[in-house]
Amino acid sequence: MSILLDRDTKVIVQGITGREGGFHTEQMQSLGTNVVGGTSPGKGGTTHLGVPVFNTVADAVQETGATATGIFVPAPFAADAIMEAAAAGITLIVCITEGIPIQDMIRVKDFLRGYPQARLIGANCPGLITPGQAKIGIIPQRITSSGHVGLVSRSGTLTYEVASALSAAGMGQSTIVGIGGDPVLGLTFRDVVELFEKDHDTTHLVLIGEIGGSDEEHAAELLAKGTRLKAVAFISGRTAPEGKRMGHAGAIISGNRGTAKSKEEAFHKAGVQVAETTDDIVGMLS
Amino acid sequence: MKLLEYQAKEVLASLGIAIPPGMVARTPEEAAQAFEKLGPIAVKAQVPVGGRGKAGGIKLAKSADEARHAAEQIIGMDIKGFKVPLVYCEAALDIGREIYLGFTVDRDARANILMLSAKGGMEIEQVAEESPDSIARLYPNPWRGPLDFELTQLVYDAELADIARPLSSLIRKLYRAIPDYDALTAEINPLVVTRSGDVIAGDAKLEIDDNAMWRHKHLEERYGSVLEGDPYEVEAKKRHLTYVSLDGDIGIIGNGAGLCMGTLDLVQRAGGKPANFCDIGGGAKAEVVENALAVILMNPKVKGVLINVFGGITRGDEVARGVVTARDNLNMKLPLVVRMSGTNEEEGREILEQHGIEPGVSGWEAAKKIVELTKAGATA
Repeated sequence: MSILLDRDTKVIVQGITGREGGFHTEQMQSLGTNVVGGTSPGKGGTTHLGVPVFNTVADAVQETGATATGIFVPAPFAADAIMEAAAAGITLIVCITEGIPIQDMIRVKDFLRGYPQARLIGANCPGLITPGQAKIGIIPQRITSSGHVGLVSRSGTLTYEVASALSAAGMGQSTIVGIGGDPVLGLTFRDVVELFEKDHDTTHLVLIGEIGGSDEEHAAELLAKGTRLKAVAFISGRTAPEGKRMGHAGAIISGNRGTAKSKEEAFHKAGVQVAETTDDIVGMLS
Repeated sequence: MKLLEYQAKEVLASLGIAIPPGMVARTPEEAAQAFEKLGPIAVKAQVPVGGRGKAGGIKLAKSADEARHAAEQIIGMDIKGFKVPLVYCEAALDIGREIYLGFTVDRDARANILMLSAKGGMEIEQVAEESPDSIARLYPNPWRGPLDFELTQLVYDAELADIARPLSSLIRKLYRAIPDYDALTAEINPLVVTRSGDVIAGDAKLEIDDNAMWRHKHLEERYGSVLEGDPYEVEAKKRHLTYVSLDGDIGIIGNGAGLCMGTLDLVQRAGGKPANFCDIGGGAKAEVVENALAVILMNPKVKGVLINVFGGITRGDEVARGVVTARDNLNMKLPLVVRMSGTNEEEGREILEQHGIEPGVSGWEAAKKIVELTKAGATA
């Protein structure tokens, strides 16, 4: 009942000895995530939070067979951490770090072309969670519950808000994926929708977009070709002015591109319901 | 950070690109002095937005008096919400032809795109609409930059073969703004070819990635304080808040960019107008809430404030106590509605009510409440 991540996935944490990395590793462990180790250059050979610490990702992969990583290192080192993970053979790379320079991410995206098996989520994202099984990142498990709704979003707290409302209404989630608020990202809405489409335990889809770029439009194009998922989309930033970055580096309307209106129209055209407020999502889904 | 024209030109000059002789003038007298040194000049308003020519922000001066007069008119002028802090006086060029050269981040391609067109001097968006084929494009490899043959192809595609050599060399220099300065967008429009065959940047736009400013502290130090931006945005930046000024009268605080944007939408839907976007990030610590409230209350237009906090791990009672303290410390009298969810949210709402703050159960309900309260306050 999930995409990308389940209770068997072997996960490491890059930056496990840091304050954020450590705190969230404990949260991940408390949900039952199979955390098999972490990295922190210079601290290889020690143990932290009950798991072995390695100097490099390559060492960690060799010793533990990890296939997934959560990255909690500071922005100046995050791009290198992503590439290190890909080069070491990790196939699911989740980068939580906010504030990575955009040119660094453009170079990372080019580097990742050499590692087609590696999927990157983020950066600047809350990560992903398969409720009741495992999570990589910072999504609070308390507000999630296991079920059949696939949830994908560019926002953090707005995702929590919706997950919380779904759970309260008895609509559990298969997997929740926060793809991040940066302009140059790993997985796109379209990529994640494709994965949900193939996951037969996912029957419903909630997509939470925002102003900037045209990733929502591309997902709408895919859904327009036909989908077995009952889908609802929500776009935040209808009232955002042109040319201003609204908190997320990627949330900016340039000229007449990237508006909430354009995105909502794309979903309408694709036959996907568009919610006016997040409160309406649950009702439209059932 | 969007650089002003003269700042962008200083950066281009540091990359070896030719720029016309020019001088910054902060007073009409300095503009007159610039004429004495440079001869006939264009007196140009320095603002980080396009369309200043149409707004009357560029004037030609053929005498010291004309230069003084032009500067008098332009300095202090408002162009699209920006007060012009100074003018750039630039020697007039003997223009042979005008070309367009620029790069930007193509978000769909997750790559930089270089663009070159023989149709310079007008907005590239307009060129793209009217004659898309006249724009030649190149996606350079982000690790090694454009190669010689790729640049040759670009120049030939743009039908600029006659100046292929100087142009290729100039494009290579402009591209250095990406690795050297973390530029996201650069535009030289027009790129002027003078009658004597020199290739010179007539205008320049440059945007540096805010995420990368730690690598370019000298730029921040040199240029960061020149522009008198929105006073609330300036103050918010000092307090490390993510804040954008809007033109309404309801102050907004939210945690997380998406939630905060969503809150603005709810207020608008309820018939109100948000005064700002303010994301306080995760946690909603009392000190951060107080900082955010302090900035919002600086704005005399604000008639009420809505705080929307989703507490993942944060406890509702802690958020409530923090909000009460912040309000009391700031001696805030305006209507305040707080919507929060998370652990102990009921307890949090009780604390708010005991202290005369309106709690909201959902964002939509809270938005309606603050709109109602500010309207009532306006008529009272």
